[in-house]
Amino acid sequence: MDFLFYMGDVFTPINFGLLLLGTIGGLILGATPGLSPTMAVALLIPFTFQLEPQQGLILLGAAYTSTVAGGAVSAILLKIPGAPANIATTLDGHTMATKGEGAKALQLSFLASAVGGLFGVFLLIFLTPVLAQWALAFGPSHLFWLAILGVTVIGTLDSSSVVKGLLSGCIGLWLATIGFDDIMGAQRFIFHPSVSGGINVIPALIGLFAIPQVITMFTKGRSSDDAEVISVKKHPIRLAFLEVFKRKAALTIGTLTGSIIGLIPGVGGQIAGLVAYDQSKKFSKESEKFGTGHSEGVIAAESANNAMVGPSLVPLLTLSIPGSPTAAVLLGGLLIHGIFPGPDLFMNYPQVAWTFIDSMLIGQILMCIFGLYIAGLAASVARIPHAVMAAIVLGLAVFGSYSVQNSMGDVYVMATLGLGMYFLERFGFSAAPLVLGLILGPIAEANFIQGSMIANATVGIGSYFFTGWLNWLLIVIVLASISYSVWMEVAQRRYTTKDDAVAKEEALS
Amino acid sequence: MTDLPRNQHIIASGLIAGVGVSIAYISFTQEPADAFVFPRLISSVFAVLALWTFGKAVLGKTKVGNGISGDAMKKMLPGLIVAIIYIYWAAKGLGFYTATAIAFFVLVSLYDPAPHTEFKTWLKRIAITAGFMAVMYGLFAGLLNVFTPREIFF
Repeated sequence: MDFLFYMGDVFTPINFGLLLLGTIGGLILGATPGLSPTMAVALLIPFTFQLEPQQGLILLGAAYTSTVAGGAVSAILLKIPGAPANIATTLDGHTMATKGEGAKALQLSFLASAVGGLFGVFLLIFLTPVLAQWALAFGPSHLFWLAILGVTVIGTLDSSSVVKGLLSGCIGLWLATIGFDDIMGAQRFIFHPSVSGGINVIPALIGLFAIPQVITMFTKGRSSDDAEVISVKKHPIRLAFLEVFKRKAALTIGTLTGSIIGLIPGVGGQIAGLVAYDQSKKFSKESEKFGTGHSEGVIAAESANNAMVGPSLVPLLTLSIPGSPTAAVLLGGLLIHGIFPGPDLFMNYPQVAWTFIDSMLIGQILMCIFGLYIAGLAASVARIPHAVMAAIVLGLAVFGSYSVQNSMGDVYVMATLGLGMYFLERFGFSAAPLVLGLILGPIAEANFIQGSMIANATVGIGSYFFTGWLNWLLIVIVLASISYSVWMEVAQRRYTTKDDAVAKEEALS
Repeated sequence: MTDLPRNQHIIASGLIAGVGVSIAYISFTQEPADAFVFPRLISSVFAVLALWTFGKAVLGKTKVGNGISGDAMKKMLPGLIVAIIYIYWAAKGLGFYTATAIAFFVLVSLYDPAPHTEFKTWLKRIAITAGFMAVMYGLFAGLLNVFTPREIFF
């Protein structure tokens, strides 16, 4: 019950103020189409430099939680999902809004998000210490395989092409080797003075997530979005409460689906929402009403995408393997404060870890309260023209990258990686595995070298890295994730025409 | 798939394969060899996957990625040029705040759907730029104490 011991720290004036700021800001950012939770959190990192570690994490955690929920506002009122996680919400939420039930849809979405989110954070609270204890037994070979697992799972499950996903992961792992080698002090791949100290993770994250969005906004030209905000009529909150708890099946399916999917590294909220929606529809007595503005659709999708948030941090806090791209960005937020998550995080920095987790618990409640009240404002912000949004994001990306080390080199790295990522994305590569490779590369290399030294002095490299049940388990999971993704890719191709695939890709981009 | 994306796929995957093979070559030839053990491992996989992707592109079997259409390129190019000049030259050459203000104003003007002929539109763009710069100055110079390059202007 350590989490109760540190609960009071969340309510210190600064911590609580940051929690409020992150929650309200996150709701507004989340409602803005084009600003994904990952990008919002990446742009916020430079603002945490001067804060204490737990304060910075509170801000980032609150933003993560509420951007996911805030995306429902534009999904419901504008039919534009604020984030990929809110795609499923659009199906019934917007239809409800067009029928004059916009307020009800928003209330249901925030209440379901809070229930799912609270369950997910409780899972984080109770699973994390158990896994952290277990992870203490991990040696260098296991940590090496874990890092490879993190890259391959995201590379295969998060990408539309297995080979391109793995290739993105390799690019990230290679980028992580640029600079001076830790053991020999030798120069590696230093082709420009800007990268002589290696690639700093924060500017890289900002570039990889923000710049492709900016260029995508440029490609829309001088067109206006013309999204009409549907006016919201009042709806008693008491009735929304009753509705959420009346639809127990949808709430339970959404919450459980989101939590389980959140625990699997690489599978994001987008899938959680869609899978939960699909399962709720299958088990519902009113399945024919789905898609026509049915409350169960909103409840299932929103409870799932917020239930995913807490569990997605379990592998990050216990094994230092980020479960999602946003978790990878949060890892960057930890690293800038010199804190490395993993088995000993709860022993060395219990206050930081538990205050952060507790703040996510309180953040879910705040998100629900404020979400209900500022939905209208958030929808107005969501209508900011893309020209202004692109210029704002570009300015923030440049200033944010520069402020990391007061270095123009970081700005150049940010811009170059971002520009490259935009073109890579157009050819089917994705940013998530590249980021994971960049972050997990040093972990993989350090443990590979350490393991090799131990192996050379004892049983030999083959035996050290390829024997033992834990090594085997991790290798089997790596191979299983690749095989499953290849099988899915082949099966999907068999049933999807090329035109369908192109249309789907256009819609997602 | 039309010919345009196919050619684009060949060029893009060819470039990546070139990078992959170069990295592998450097990893296997640079000294001290001990510093390149891990890069060798990574670059070998990188090169194999990149050549595989290139091969598929040459054979026209690439299934994922729509490439960039001429229309999208035409629309993005002005913004891209402004962004590149801003980041790689103006931010350092003119000073961070001056360059940001100019780039912001130019980008908003370039992509704003409102007609360029109306005086009110320009006034609105100037006001938005001024507001944004005030927030950026407050946040970075005031709150975070970030000392940005001043150079010619500010």
